[in-house]
Amino acid sequence: MDLTTRRRFLIASGVAGAGALAMGAGALGLAELLQTADRPGPEPAGDRASTLVLVTLYGGNDGLNTVIPYADPAYHSARPELAYAPETVLRLDDALGLNPKLRGFKRLWDDRRLAVVLGVGYPRPDRSHFRSMDIWQTAAPAAPATTGWVGRWLDGTGAGVEAAVSFEPVLPPLLVGRHRIGACVSYTGLALPSWIDPAVVTALGRPSPGDTEMQARAAVAYADLLRMGEVVAGPDPAPAIGADMPMSTATGTGGDNALGAQLSLVARCVEAGVPTRVYSVSLGGFDTHADELDGQEMLLGELDGALTAFADRMAKTEAGRRVAVVVYSEFGRRVRANASDGTDHGTAGPVFVLGHHVAGGFYGEQPSLTDLDDGDLKATTDFRDVVATALSSVLDADPSRYIDDHRATLMPFLPYP
Amino acid sequence: MTDDVALLLRRAGFGPTAAELTAARQTGYAGTLAGLLDPPGPDVGAGRAPVPDLGPDPYAAEPNPSAARRAAADRQRARQTELISRWWLDRMTVANQQALEKLHFFWHGHWATSIDKVKSPQLMLRQHLTMRTARDIRDMAHRMIVDPALVYWLDGQLNTRAAPNENLGRELLELFLLGIGRYGEADVKQAGRALTGWQLDRRNERLVFRRELHDGGVKTILGATGRFDASSLVTLVLDQPGCPGFIASRMWFRYASSAQPLPAGVRDAMVAAFPSPTAMLRAMLASPAFAATRGTMAKQPVEWLVGAMRQLGLRPSAMPPETFTSVLQHMAGLGQRPFRPPSVGGWTSGAAWLTSAAAQLRLAVAGKLAGLVETRGLTPEQVAGLLCVDGWSDRTLAVLRTASNPRLMLALGLVSPEYVVT
Repeated sequence: MDLTTRRRFLIASGVAGAGALAMGAGALGLAELLQTADRPGPEPAGDRASTLVLVTLYGGNDGLNTVIPYADPAYHSARPELAYAPETVLRLDDALGLNPKLRGFKRLWDDRRLAVVLGVGYPRPDRSHFRSMDIWQTAAPAAPATTGWVGRWLDGTGAGVEAAVSFEPVLPPLLVGRHRIGACVSYTGLALPSWIDPAVVTALGRPSPGDTEMQARAAVAYADLLRMGEVVAGPDPAPAIGADMPMSTATGTGGDNALGAQLSLVARCVEAGVPTRVYSVSLGGFDTHADELDGQEMLLGELDGALTAFADRMAKTEAGRRVAVVVYSEFGRRVRANASDGTDHGTAGPVFVLGHHVAGGFYGEQPSLTDLDDGDLKATTDFRDVVATALSSVLDADPSRYIDDHRATLMPFLPYP
Repeated sequence: MTDDVALLLRRAGFGPTAAELTAARQTGYAGTLAGLLDPPGPDVGAGRAPVPDLGPDPYAAEPNPSAARRAAADRQRARQTELISRWWLDRMTVANQQALEKLHFFWHGHWATSIDKVKSPQLMLRQHLTMRTARDIRDMAHRMIVDPALVYWLDGQLNTRAAPNENLGRELLELFLLGIGRYGEADVKQAGRALTGWQLDRRNERLVFRRELHDGGVKTILGATGRFDASSLVTLVLDQPGCPGFIASRMWFRYASSAQPLPAGVRDAMVAAFPSPTAMLRAMLASPAFAATRGTMAKQPVEWLVGAMRQLGLRPSAMPPETFTSVLQHMAGLGQRPFRPPSVGGWTSGAAWLTSAAAQLRLAVAGKLAGLVETRGLTPEQVAGLLCVDGWSDRTLAVLRTASNPRLMLALGLVSPEYVVT
């Protein structure tokens, strides 16, 4: 889902009809965001995680080829062409191992900084990319909701717009509340053409009294552009985003293809002391209905490289050590391969949590490969328990205020010291 | 000041020229709308942009070339891809029947298929012409479900009785004809079965039906039971009461508002006009609710580019090739290159087009376009007239007055919030 589709999400879920959008979705520029670094924020008590980075994998990542039940004969018989041989996986224990492309994840695991939550899903799984992602982001599986769970937290805490930031091209529904809305900051603003004076761009970026909401947004983009140029020209320039993305074997279902660039902006903001508590970044292309091995390996390699570099960088500063990263996708894939050397939309999958304060190891239970629900894994952990733990352990919030109709069981992967 | 006819032309087409707007004002709203959607005779302007003859797909003659020949084949495909992209943008620009031309672009985003995966420019062009020649929405749906590019894009060619692949069936229900919430998971799986058996024959660039791979068994879909195949499945879905309203909502989303829902009264009028897409558009564009959406739509990059070229008297086929190639690359950066939608969900919308990255790319393209224009002194008021904007804010007026030459003033007009948003 694209860039395109996240917006469509908003429509599908009715989020766009909510009043929050009328207040100016994403009208915060990076300039304003970085200025907030000077603003005194509430200092979280104790030495523990207090900043959350949510990494969304769009398209439905094949969990069984990510955290691989290599010792289970049912895994090999269900997908003989797609299964990894036991000797190729990066073993985590006698039953499960990581995809060979996740070498950095394995190092984090060995350092006890990576938690793997197994079999995460929700009741009555929906196999639409758009609806299922909506469910994860709104934390409301029963019926379409108009707000995301981070958006409700913004509402509940009265936090400033800089408290939740997306570095994706489009604001995800995750950050949309009823009254408040997170910021959407674009990351690719670069050099100005030589013929234009920056002062003119500055002038274009000023709001004018008669502007409609959308015109004001168009103006703000020019102000953002100037500031972005300064930021990405810093000591750690964001990787260039090619106009032509790598060829993919997956049908596009959205998400961004520049995870490293997004994470390097998160890193800069964290190191600069910006009081943002939630960052949203994404990687797309996981819809591997055909020729899955090559496509998924390329993406997992990108995920591994971008996230382990980010984790290592974060480990170097006090602010960075307070960061916890959660990686999820809207669903896993069918246990059995299809005839196209791919897999169709499925259900439960693993969630990764990593960071300095994360208690590494397995959480939850690996779903059975033989006791299936119409060919699909039965979820063993409700994703709302992961969300609730993040709300409680990282954001210091009472999960019951922000997740309706679910009595959450908190998980100990982010313990208080 | 409000100027409903200008809004109509900006939304129904890619962007009117000053002459078109003057003529439309004399004709009035109703007459202009009728002329847009039921134009007389063939499109003389579009006749100046004939469909290109691409020649064969190199991979059709040789599906598995050697490494050396593969490189040459890929280069040829890249040239052919640029050729069809240039042709379509050129046609959008010179077409007189702007509303019909824009409607084709709408359908491209609706049945969003990308050459990134399909790879064959010939198949993408074939799909394009299929949509262009469809009689109405029902005919289009029946032809698209066996369109080689769409079927390949959604893995339908790998969908067999022995191992169903449900990608195409799901998107048919969710994105193309019915909309989420109007079907269940069982319907998706059964629709996938109905679509089995269609295989892409690359060598002959066509889809073939292989009966032995088709699941001819009984399926229950959307409450109906029968031996559904691709055609009877599409008929079944088109006959669902929710189908016309879903298509109407997608039109509203693209032409009127991507933030506000389609008002019930407008929807009912559009549903009554189904399956004629132009009659549905007429019902929408004639409604007061449409006029009330002024100033809320960010132009899609293609609308912005084509409108600008029309107003500046430019066209892709007359540009220096390297300039057009550069413009096309910038369109990719802006997220809207024809034949390459980012996902099966289609193009993005609204504020998503207005990121700082997009601002930078728009500046660059505006500079290239203005650099091709021969012009003498211009005033900000004249630029407003040329670009058919309703007027300048104090901000933009001040910016335009700083321009030291007319080309710069044109470029600044093209990137102004008043021009970028309609």
